[in-house]
Order: sequence, then structure tokens, then C-alpha cells
Amino acid sequence: MEWLNRNKVWVGTAALVLVAAYVFYFINGTIAVSMFSNAWFLAVPLVLGAMVGVIGERSGVVNIGIEGQMLVGAFAAFFAAAATQSIVVGVIAGALSGLAMGAFLAFTTVKGQLDQIIAGVVINIIATGITSFYFESGKTIPRGLPNFDVPLLSKIPLIGPVFFSDGPIALFALVIVFVIHVLLFKTKWGLRTRAVGEYPSAADTAGINVIALRLVNVSLAGILAGVAGTYLSMEATSSFERGMSSGRGFLALAILIFGAWRPMRALAAALFFGFMSATASQLQASDVVNIPQQFINLLPYVLTLVVLAAAAGRVRAPGAVGQPFVKGD
Amino acid sequence: MTDTSRNPEPTTAAAASTEASGPAYDNDGATTTASGERETLLEITGLSKSFGTVHANKDISLRVDRGEIVALLGENGAGKSTLVKQIFGLMTPDSGTISIKGDASRIKDPKDAIRRGIGMVHQHFQLVPVMTVAENMMLGHETTSGGLLDLDGARQMVRELSAKHKLAVDPDAEVEDLPVGTQQRVEILKALSRRVDLLILDEPTAVLTPQETDELLGVMKELAAGGTSIVFITHKLREVLAAADRCYVLRQGAVVGQVDDLSGTTTSDLASMMVGRDVVLRVDKAEATPGETVLSVKGLQVRDDRGLPAVDGFDLEVRAGEIVGLAGVEGNGQRELVESLAGMRPSAGGTVTLGSGSDTVDLTRSNAHDTNNAGVGHVPEDREKHGIVGGWSIADNLVLNRYDEAPFARGFVRDFGAVRSHAVELREEFDIRSPNVDVPAGSLSGGNKQKVVVAREMSARPRLLMAAQPTRGVDVGSIEFIHRRIVEARDAGAAVLLVSAELDEILSLSDRIAVIHGGRVVAEVAGQDADRTEIGRLMAGDSDAH
Repeated sequence: MEWLNRNKVWVGTAALVLVAAYVFYFINGTIAVSMFSNAWFLAVPLVLGAMVGVIGERSGVVNIGIEGQMLVGAFAAFFAAAATQSIVVGVIAGALSGLAMGAFLAFTTVKGQLDQIIAGVVINIIATGITSFYFESGKTIPRGLPNFDVPLLSKIPLIGPVFFSDGPIALFALVIVFVIHVLLFKTKWGLRTRAVGEYPSAADTAGINVIALRLVNVSLAGILAGVAGTYLSMEATSSFERGMSSGRGFLALAILIFGAWRPMRALAAALFFGFMSATASQLQASDVVNIPQQFINLLPYVLTLVVLAAAAGRVRAPGAVGQPFVKGD
Repeated sequence: MTDTSRNPEPTTAAAASTEASGPAYDNDGATTTASGERETLLEITGLSKSFGTVHANKDISLRVDRGEIVALLGENGAGKSTLVKQIFGLMTPDSGTISIKGDASRIKDPKDAIRRGIGMVHQHFQLVPVMTVAENMMLGHETTSGGLLDLDGARQMVRELSAKHKLAVDPDAEVEDLPVGTQQRVEILKALSRRVDLLILDEPTAVLTPQETDELLGVMKELAAGGTSIVFITHKLREVLAAADRCYVLRQGAVVGQVDDLSGTTTSDLASMMVGRDVVLRVDKAEATPGETVLSVKGLQVRDDRGLPAVDGFDLEVRAGEIVGLAGVEGNGQRELVESLAGMRPSAGGTVTLGSGSDTVDLTRSNAHDTNNAGVGHVPEDREKHGIVGGWSIADNLVLNRYDEAPFARGFVRDFGAVRSHAVELREEFDIRSPNVDVPAGSLSGGNKQKVVVAREMSARPRLLMAAQPTRGVDVGSIEFIHRRIVEARDAGAAVLLVSAELDEILSLSDRIAVIHGGRVVAEVAGQDADRTEIGRLMAGDSDAH
């Protein structure tokens, strides 16, 4: 198989990790399931955030406003749900607020040709401002998004309880990675998106509307950031706090780079980080080592940085990332 | 494989049939066959286009028949690219009509142009570097099955087209891994993959080696024989004579000449039409009087970007007062050699010394700054990247090599007055055409940018002047000027190392010619004994040729 040959390193690594995970599972099932569940629990917003980045940067637009987009999503979802006492309305509000934030980035940078970094910073500042200003304490939502078991799949040992008996957004995050992978590399939309992000003038001369494609992609990607925020305030917890995205949007950008702008690899990188975090909290709880807590908390960041930097090797961003497209240049 | 013996230098003495004004025919854009049995494919009448106060195209009229190769000849900035961009729908004319097969309606965008049978190969290839050939070919008119891209179909299409037009490419190769000549083939195939009646080639040979150029001209002729009309932009006169059926000469946005029968035309006829005066293509220079050795390279080893040996045991001496031309097919280590000599790339072995006797400086491990201070002037191959800082003024660009020295700086304070008056002087001396010396160097045309680089490097009075592709992408007037300056530097006692992919340039300037192949010098010949064919064979690695 040509595909297998091309991806042998990745397939090999994945197989190895899987075997190790099951060995762990058969040694101590309870701890294994709890650690891997915790890892995925932590990875979900990073995966979604990284997908926002994948779509944006593959189209040629840097999005450092993922953090802010997430925060607004978390805010809008929670307070919409609190006001209407409907979790469905909350989810929709979270997604739509993400769309609005995505559209803001798209129109300022793609149409208005505002510097993309500045636009991202503006988003982050606005997000902090709005969500703090309109914050009201004491609001509650009827309940968080419920966990449910996916028929059959949830019965698989280890994988079932970790990936297939979570809330709807966690499941959505898992599915969307594969969907985006297929869309990006196997469809007309993906080919055009990649062309627009790599070498827009080539796409332009091939008759593709670069501006329109970028507008649509960056706007729609915002929905995923809104959903990631919704996960934070309605699935992982049932509350909203000021600044609750707490750097996950920036972490997602790092995951995006470690993942070499590819959805599947970004998923792997996010899982790795999640697992390292879970390990750190396990270490803390078990009290086996006598290291100050701050250093243990540092562990996932340092390890992820070292391991992924070594594994990723030289990765390259899409060629036209950060550059506004001007027709006829 | 390649026949390098082709020599299209025409010897006929007959004068060119030129017209001072525009073409003499006139019709309203309808398809007529009155002028001949051939169908008129493209007809442009009274086309004008301006940008602000600059008239890029002035009242241009021209005609292209089916199956004909028409050259658009002109200096940089003559308006050739602007003209074809309008034909391809990338720009809209201010006035005048472009009629394709009798249809004079406005060409809205490239998509519309493609639909009407126009294909274009751009000067800067419009290919996505990280995608495969097949992906590039299908971009914009993808076929899908069940929502997914039909990549197998695209591969098949590439293979078929490639076989049909005898242009070999691997559909699964990533474009960025391909040599420039092959990338161009992909561009041509991409254009041909849609039904093309008129193929526009914008400076197609600017980046090609002599061999690749010959191949391309052959391909053009075959396409024309198959009924495709070709319009190609160039400022290389030999190519016009070698491939074109007819030729229009543009100057300052207007058609200043039309040659319907190229058989009696010479390169100097075309050149003088192009620049509006007689041009000396052969450089007039006195006999060289070489003095002491200035540059001495022994057993130099340099690796390329991938860490593979590019320069492999290179030996060369250049003496004061002589021009040594380094001829070679691109990619035989020239770039790495020059970068290493200039201190921009570390060497992996061997020695480089400047000067002789007690005056010797070892440059083997010297960085760019020290190399420059030791008296090496460098006109780099890639002027946009290494020659100028586009966003800075001409004045600042002219002191990049000496900004920290008197009189341009006192201590650590720059003296802007001195920088400016220096710039004003050089602008005059080197004929840099710009509104003033304060405009960004990046806003100049290719030829003028190169003059800035040459002026800077020469005004420092280097002991060794290294010029890599000094006239690439430069108009004829500037080429002549730069060549004259290089000879002047030689006469003033500088040692000159000229590296060029243009064999003509090497032949006309060099006092001595070294041929590089596989990273080492395979032959050295005296300039006046040089034989074009033989050097071509040596460049191709045929060691028996000598």
C-alpha cells in the first residue's frame, strides 16, 4: 500500500502508543481509563482550537484570536442558556457567537486588509472586555451537556469509555478532525483552500475567488472556536468564569504548529499534551515524588515542547499565511 | 540529446521591413480572411491603458492569426506584460477593443479568458509549490467523483497531455522539487489542458538554461504547427529570430515597429528598434593586460542547502585587469561558489585568498562583511533578496556596503548629507532612472535596481568584482550599460569574475573563459579563441569536446 508506505512512521508510532496504552490498561484498568479520559477531557478544546487554526492558516489567514473567540463562545453559550434556561439555545448561541467573531476576523483582515496579528490581538482584547463587562455572577444553567454512550463503540475496552461515553461536543471534536482531514485533502474545497493559503495568485489565475474563499473559511472556522468555548462553560463545567479560556487558544496554536498544519497530527499532539497533563495531576495526587507542585504543573508544557519539537522536525507553514491578497499584484 | 549547435545568428544583409507607425490594416473586429487564408484569432485595436499619469499602453493595434508565433519585443517597462494581462483578463483596458475570434466583448477575468480559448504561462509560475503536478493541473477545474477529488483522473490527464505534446513530467512529483524548466513544462501543460487557441508566454526563457530554451522554442514551433497561436514576450533578440513568424516591437507603451518577415532581419536591427537607437551588442573592449593574481581559489569544497557537495575541488585564479567568465549550465555549483566566495556560505574545504605576495588576505573563513572590507565587490544573482533592501531608499541602498565608514558615518552617527550627495552623484553616473534618490529601491524596474547594485559595488573600487547573472531580467539598454561598466572596472585594474547562464554574455565580455561542470572547472579557454559550440558541449559535461 502506497499510503501505508508514505505514512509508516506515523502508523508505526500510533500502533506503538496503542499497544502501550493497552498494556497499561491491563495492568491497572481503573487508573488507565481515568488518566486517558482526563487526557481527552483536556484535549477537546485544544483540538477544536487547532482546527480553527488549521482552516484559517491553510487559507492564508493567521488567527491568534482563537483565545478570544473561545472566550466569547463560552460566555455567549452560558448566558444564553442561563437567560432562556435552555441548553440547546446555549449551544446555538455559542456557535453563532463564534461565527460572528470569525466573521469579524475575516472581514477586517481579508476585506479590510488589516494586519492579521493586530486583528487577532484586537479580538482577544475585545473578548476579555465584553465578557468581563457583561459578566453577572449568580446565574445558573439548568444543567451541563449530558454524557452519553455511543452504541457498540462505547463497549470497546479503554477506547470506549475514553472517547465514546462523553458529552456531545467531545464526540463532535473527535469526528470533526477526520471530517476536516478528508475535506482538506480529498475534496475540491480542500484543494482550493490549500492553493489559496499557499500561493493565492496561482488560485486566482485558475479562476478561483481567493477573497470569497478566505472570507467563508475564516468565518466558518469561528464556529468551531465558539463550540470549543461552549465546551468549556457547558460540557466540561456548568459555569462561566472570567478569562476561563485561560490560554487554551494560544496552546491550540502551538498544537497546530506541532501538528504541522494537519488535522490528524494536531489531534495526536493535543492528545499527547492532554496525557502529559493527566500524568502531572496523577503525580500530584499520588504523592509519590517530592517535587514542588509548580514544577509538576510545568511538566506537560515542557515535555510536550521537547517531545513534539523533536518529533515534528522541520515543519513549514502555508506559504501565504499572514499576507493579504491583492488582486493583480 | 540537445543540439547545441543551433546558431540562429542571421547573416542576411537585407534591411528589416519596419513600419514607424502602427499596422496598416483596419477592420472592426469581425473575422475576416481578406488578408490571407488564415483565420484571425486575436485582433487588438486602439488599446490604451494608463496607471495614473503613466501610459503603460498607448493606442496599440495588433493581430495574431491561427497557428502563428508572434513575438512581442521590448525593453523592461515597455508595456508588454500590461498588454498581455489585458488579453488574459487580469486587467481591463481604458479604451480600445480586444477581439478574440471576432468576439469583441469585454474579457471579464482569467476564467472568461480561459473559456474563450486563451491560455497563459506567467513569468512567475502560477503553480502551488507544495502540491503535486496533478493537483496543480486540476486546480480551478477539478473533477470529482462522489464528492471526492478524482486524482487518478488528473494523473491520467497529465500522462496523456504529456505524451501528446512530448513534454515529460511526473504527475506525482511535487512542483517545488522540480527544476525550473520542468515547472515551466507543467505551466504549459496546464494551459494546454483546457482547449487553447492562443497561448501567451510571458518572458518564458528568462529563467531557463540555454538547453531548456532550445527545447522550449521547439515545443512552441510544434504547438504552432498543430494550429495553436502563440504570443511570446521577450527581450532576447536571438529567440525572436529563432522562433517567431512575426514580431511587434514595443517602446514606452506603443507599437513602434512591426516585422512581418523576419528572415532578412538581424539582431541589431531589432535591438535598435527596441531602444530607439543603435546598440552595441558586441562589447568594444581593448586587449586585456592582466597583472598580478588577485583571486586564488584552490580545491574549494562547498555544500548546497541539502548538505550535498555542490562545489567539489574548484580551482581558479583571476588576475588584476582581466575578466574571467565562468560558463556553465545552471545548478552546477555556480550559486554555491559565488555565495561562498562572497562570505555568505561556509566552505567545506580548500582555500580562498585575495591578493598576492605580502599583500595576501585569507578569505577562506571570512564572513560577508570582512570579505567586502577586504575589497571584494559582489553583484549577487538574486538582486531582490541579496542585492537591495526594497523598502529602503536608493540612497541607503547605495551605501549598504559602507554605511559604517567615513564619510557616511562619523563614529556611530550616520552622515545623511554625505549619503545623499553620494547617491545623487551615482544616480547621475550610473543613469539610475528614478524620480529622486529617496524613493524605495523596490519601486524601480529590474534594470534600474541592478544599476543600483552595480553602482554600489563599483563605487567602492573593489580589487575583485564578482558579478553573478548581472544582466538577468534586465532590459537591453541597461545590459549594454552594465557591460560597459564591467569592462571599465577591468580597465581600472580590478579582477572580474563573471558568472552567467547567458553564453552570449560570457563570450562577449570574457578575456578568459572557465567552464564549470559538476562543481569543478572542466576547461579553460582564452576569450578570443572561444567557440560557442565547443563551450556548449563542455557545459553539458562532454569532456571529449576539448
